[in-house]
Amino acid sequence: MSLEEKLPGWKEIPIGGIPFKPSTEYKTGDWKVFKPVINYEKCTKCLFCHIYCPDGAIKIKEDGYPEPDYDFCKGCGICAEECPVKAIEMVKD
Amino acid sequence: MEIKQILMGLNGDEAVAYAIKQVDPDVVAAYPITPQTIIVERFSEYVADGEVHTEFISVESEHSALSACVGAAAAGARAFTATAANGLALMWEILYIAASCRLPIVMAIVNRALSGPINIHCDHSDAMGARDSGWIQIFCENSQEAYDSTIQAWRIAEHPDVQLPVMVCLDGFVLSHTLENVMTLPDEVVKKFIGERKFVTIKNHFGKEVPFILDPENPITIGPLDLYDFYFEHKMQQIHAMENAPRVIEEVGKEYGKISGRTYGLVHPYKLEDAEIAIIGLGSTMGTAKIVVDRLREKGVKAGLLRIRSFRPFPAQQIIEHLKDKKVIGVLDRAASFGAYGGPLFNEVRNAFYDQDIKPLISNYIYGLGGRDMPPQRLMIIFEDLQKIMETKRIEKTVKYIGVRE
Amino acid sequence: MAEKLTLKDIAKKPDLLMSGHRLCAGCAAGTIVRLALKATRGPVILANATGCLEVATTIFPYSSWKVPWIHNAFENVAATASGIEAAFRAMKKVNKGPLAKYEHIDVIAFAGDGGTYDIGFQALSGALERGHDFLYILYDNEAYMNTGIQRSGGTPRFAWTTTSPAGKVIPGKRKWKKPIARVVAEHEIPYVATASIAYPMDFVRKVRKGLEVEGPAFIHVLSPCTRGWRYPPEKTIKIAKLAVETCFLPLWEAEFKDGEIVYTLSAPSERIARKPELKKPIEEYLKLQGRFSHLFRPKKRDDLISEIQQWVDYEWRLILKRCGKL
Repeated sequence: MSLEEKLPGWKEIPIGGIPFKPSTEYKTGDWKVFKPVINYEKCTKCLFCHIYCPDGAIKIKEDGYPEPDYDFCKGCGICAEECPVKAIEMVKD
Repeated sequence: MEIKQILMGLNGDEAVAYAIKQVDPDVVAAYPITPQTIIVERFSEYVADGEVHTEFISVESEHSALSACVGAAAAGARAFTATAANGLALMWEILYIAASCRLPIVMAIVNRALSGPINIHCDHSDAMGARDSGWIQIFCENSQEAYDSTIQAWRIAEHPDVQLPVMVCLDGFVLSHTLENVMTLPDEVVKKFIGERKFVTIKNHFGKEVPFILDPENPITIGPLDLYDFYFEHKMQQIHAMENAPRVIEEVGKEYGKISGRTYGLVHPYKLEDAEIAIIGLGSTMGTAKIVVDRLREKGVKAGLLRIRSFRPFPAQQIIEHLKDKKVIGVLDRAASFGAYGGPLFNEVRNAFYDQDIKPLISNYIYGLGGRDMPPQRLMIIFEDLQKIMETKRIEKTVKYIGVRE
Repeated sequence: MAEKLTLKDIAKKPDLLMSGHRLCAGCAAGTIVRLALKATRGPVILANATGCLEVATTIFPYSSWKVPWIHNAFENVAATASGIEAAFRAMKKVNKGPLAKYEHIDVIAFAGDGGTYDIGFQALSGALERGHDFLYILYDNEAYMNTGIQRSGGTPRFAWTTTSPAGKVIPGKRKWKKPIARVVAEHEIPYVATASIAYPMDFVRKVRKGLEVEGPAFIHVLSPCTRGWRYPPEKTIKIAKLAVETCFLPLWEAEFKDGEIVYTLSAPSERIARKPELKKPIEEYLKLQGRFSHLFRPKKRDDLISEIQQWVDYEWRLILKRCGKL
């Protein structure tokens, strides 16, 4: 009961079931067991890791290198598996 | 100001189609089904002749008809569809979705009995099946009202305090295929009355106040997964919108009266003031019943009637006000609710009176299923029964079936 | 005019599907949608059938969508998209209404295999026949994954699902997968393609082409499912690739031009057509997936594996013929 009371009431939320928060406020990063760590000495900036990531959790830095966003990375390991130069290692989070 | 109206000979379907031509919605998506077919046929002609700008989507099913209307209305269009009986049943899932997404779609229901066995004639089993779907339901007495209500429906649906879809119900064949004199307003008067579609604004998931439509510049998400933590609140909003609807239906009905001379409300009484016995019901039968009331009055019987125009929202207070001092009332249901204690209208009417200290005796008459005719003679049987109840002060059988063979 | 897109260009385009969605780790659908949206040209409106993607991206009060998005029901995404497209056309016609300000809006429908092969097929077929200008993307994870792995018309033969279990008598699903993309192509719509996210640029190019044609376009993209196909999440792309390398999913495009459906093999499959020795045995694809484990354990079922191989060969030959390669 107490949980419901903390949430906004029907007079406060948008009508028609329109969501009012971006999913970026929901961190899926705590799902992971292993996290990708990029070895920038090996990385060639091919960006396949960014392309393949189902969660959009590999951002591209200003210098063009990829960077995991651990707030959202679920640790699936696709990036490490697909990295053509094996520059990504999955390590225990 | 007196507006010059044009008298046209139209059947109910044509009256609806003509009103929709004048409204000129962006999208009509519909599928033919007897006795609604004339609406889509006539409207197709308006489209073919370039008399409307409407995109007419001739869909492959009623399910898709309403689904397309949901897409169109969510994209900011005025969207219309029309159906009957099995077509409405096929839409059932989307009825609830359209209402919960708060999309002001207008739909004509040409009332027809639901299968099976398959039947094409009038009863209200189709609309009654949709009574809990969150749609406003307006029942028309004649083709004139079908025309008038099809115009008013947009103003009701799109009202910022309502934002709910509206069904305009007219009796299959009795109205849909029967030629009547219909007074029509000039196109520009209709256009001015309904105006452009306006949009309420809501806060989207980026915290921005934006119009409630699918607009690439201001994205919103319509139709999410809504679990136990918010679903109830969304239903509460729908309940609240429905609570606002009676006021809006009356306001719109009055405003329409100013331009047309024909004022509409939630209920329409006939010779009720001093009546001792009265019937209450929906649709075209209540037109026939006026003649019966007149005949009874000639004989000195204090008879009257109350026609419910708005079944959803249900005008309980208005019904109580009009009927509380009557001795006996008969509720006419043109639909059976199998296993229930009487028909759907009866249940609501009697429930409305429960808390009243002084209330009439209330009897239920189920009639006209599958198009079984309801001529004055059969209505007379009902009034005679009401007179008997008044004299004996007791109802022997609460639910009676009128016009069925044993 | 068509702009030439490189992988770097695509990578730099902003993600229109935001992080924080709750698709399973390793779910291909996330990648499919991210890439498809990176291929868009300008304003878009999305319609989504009921399914994993719909549920996982819009758990109230959250939304993952940076574009306008609507979910109506399971079986009607094509009809919903029809309504959106018609609404836009009507507003453009009179230059009035809230969307009239846009020169063009790409309308995209996303649906899974259940919403396409099965319950949504009627609405899809109707919308294709009516010729609405929209792109329908089928992300095919080959079963009703949202309800917990039940067989659909898209489930391949002998695959285990919870409603086609590998029993003592019946070894998984009894029937072949419906050739959905070919069935859609027979509607004589402007553009149909098959795709795999293991070839992202091929997929992106196809999405762009599907948006550029006038009239309906359809893309069938395989969406490997870690939970339902029973494989470790990091193998998603590998499996999507093997599907193509074994010719389980030949990549092709079909365009309806001058009264003919013209089929063309896409590069990854074209290479196999030129060098048939590149074609890998289907066993390599099957053995990675737990849903086919009953074909390998406790006893290897060469008879069933060879039946699948025969079907793959038959379908591959059929596509080669359609593409004028035989």
